[in-house]
Amino acid sequence: MNEPAAQHAGHPGAPGDDRGQGGPVRKVVARVIDLHKDYILGRNVVHALRGVTLEFRQGDFVAIMGASGSGKSTLLNLLGCLDKPTSGRYILAGHDVSRLDDYALSKMRSRYLGFIFQSYNLIPQLSVVENIEIPLQYLGDDSPAARQRCIRLARLVGLGDRLHHRPTELSGGQQQRVAIARALVNNPHIILADEPTGNLDSVTGQEIMALLSALNRAGRTIIMVTHEPDIAAYAHRVIRLRDGRIEDDHAR
Amino acid sequence: MLKRFFKQLRLGLNSLLLHKLRSGLAVLGILIGVTAVIWLVAMGEGVSYQAQQQIKDLGATNIIVRSVKPPQDSSRSNVGFFVTYGLLREDYARILANVPTIRRAVPMREIRKEIRNEEYAVDAKLVGCTPDYLELNHLKIARGRFLEDRDLTEVANVAVLAAHTAEQLFRYENPVGRSVQIGTDFYVVVGVTEPRGASAAIGGSLEARDYDLDVYIPLDTFRWRIGDMVLTARAGSREGEIVELSQITLTVGDLDEVDEAAAIIETLLEKYHKTRDYAIVVPKELLRQAEMLRMLFNVLLVLIAGISLLVGGIGIMNIMLATVTERTREIGIRRALGATQGDIIRQFLTETVVLSSTGGLLGVLFGFLCIPAVPALRQLATVLFPEVMASLPPNLQKLEPRIAAWSILAAFGISVAVGMLFGLYPARRAAQMDPIEALRHE
Repeated sequence: MNEPAAQHAGHPGAPGDDRGQGGPVRKVVARVIDLHKDYILGRNVVHALRGVTLEFRQGDFVAIMGASGSGKSTLLNLLGCLDKPTSGRYILAGHDVSRLDDYALSKMRSRYLGFIFQSYNLIPQLSVVENIEIPLQYLGDDSPAARQRCIRLARLVGLGDRLHHRPTELSGGQQQRVAIARALVNNPHIILADEPTGNLDSVTGQEIMALLSALNRAGRTIIMVTHEPDIAAYAHRVIRLRDGRIEDDHAR
Repeated sequence: MLKRFFKQLRLGLNSLLLHKLRSGLAVLGILIGVTAVIWLVAMGEGVSYQAQQQIKDLGATNIIVRSVKPPQDSSRSNVGFFVTYGLLREDYARILANVPTIRRAVPMREIRKEIRNEEYAVDAKLVGCTPDYLELNHLKIARGRFLEDRDLTEVANVAVLAAHTAEQLFRYENPVGRSVQIGTDFYVVVGVTEPRGASAAIGGSLEARDYDLDVYIPLDTFRWRIGDMVLTARAGSREGEIVELSQITLTVGDLDEVDEAAAIIETLLEKYHKTRDYAIVVPKELLRQAEMLRMLFNVLLVLIAGISLLVGGIGIMNIMLATVTERTREIGIRRALGATQGDIIRQFLTETVVLSSTGGLLGVLFGFLCIPAVPALRQLATVLFPEVMASLPPNLQKLEPRIAAWSILAAFGISVAVGMLFGLYPARRAAQMDPIEALRHE
């Protein structure tokens, strides 16, 4: 079940150049159109995003870069359906996310998205397998096959012998591998990674990036926020944000 | 569905077990509340069961008419130092003639009297009565026979001794066939009754009655041998009373006839007695009052117990609020991974319900403990504080708790409901957190 995810992409192939790996035109899995996000901080309005339009295709490996305050975290939160834009549209798997309520947003996250965080965000009371299982719990899948799938994913990320360990008994790199397995378990259309190597030493960071690259080669769509150029170098497309606008967007 | 519920339950249990002391204290709060409900109701039921039993012993279809000594100056006539009052044989005849629903009537006369058997003497209660007296008072014959109709017509000098009286006068011998001396006359003992526990007083309407120190003789024998006039020595001076009948117990055929019969008797007596030197006791009415009192009592108990459950619920809320704050990050993670607000509410509610129903179940278990515990505590109290125990009313001294099924259901139900109610706010608070904020929480 580790085949490429997106069976039902949102909008039919919108015009635009085919970025990333060559080959036939790939399906668009998500697009944002003139996205704005304002925050109210005390008496000031902070314009975190000032009109961002982007398109992500199946199999993309995108790095979003930018200085702190450039709006990259805001963009990731919006892409992750954790927040709603002030204006503009975000279309994910055919749904206009910008109009959805809290319940529907939860369901979008549950069905179409996988998250990898800088600080791993595993639940310390649960074992490795139980952590990987969490997204399935909210998908309503508690079949024995589901548990088998969790074990297979744990093996895939190299933790087949740590199934019943607690996160605290694992190294940082191992914890992030558990988080990656967890992000895969619901077969998401997009994996969102927020500084996935930020808490790791460079050697372990390279290992994690190698794993993500392998997943991308197997067809996974990955959108990653980072501020480290050598981590961004793993991506096929780098988007630079500055003051809430796209400064640069190029394939490499 | 069920599987997911059990999984949820196991998760909840796991996170509660992470803080054993904290969870334990929350459980304790509910436990005490539930136990209190069951214990208090059981004791209340025990007391009221006793009272009802006593009233039922009097017979719900009975009407008891007693002679009551009126205040000294208002008595019917003062012939020297004799006071004349109470029910008359004429009253008895009039009642029988005017109340058609009466099935059985037992007139009696009783006084304290010294009974002798050679050197043994006992200060007993001498009761002049009819054969029906035995059945009416749930007495049983141990030896010989009770009084019979021919004893009355023959005005025979026969007596039936109560268990304790017989023991005092005859020690290890069989009294049947022997004689006892009452006043100046000798009576042949024809029977002995079995011991019967004393009946406790019921409110202000009936005094406590100990049947075991009685001597029963035919009513007519009482009239001719003892007479209506009784002299008693009181505080140095002598005092005399003239009473024809001490009590008449009337039985009607059906419960519905009680009220009407009682009303007729009341009117009859009112008409022929200038002063109120009698009292009418209707056990059915007492029963109704006792039932009302029991309900009132239960409502009060449930109220008190409800307050203690409320306190337990507040304890749970406190702990759940702390838990929610502590697990903000976990909530953020779960939300990011697809949990809806409803999922989060369910997760925390499961935990509070686990807490409160654990407390509820343990409370029920401890509640059952009152059956062996109350008698044990009573025994302990008797040893430690004998005077205090002796000063308690007999109903409390002999209290046997009776667990009421409804109290178990109510206590458990309320405890679970309290858990739900007080868990709802912390759970909602958890669910309404902003996932992004929650993820950032340290």
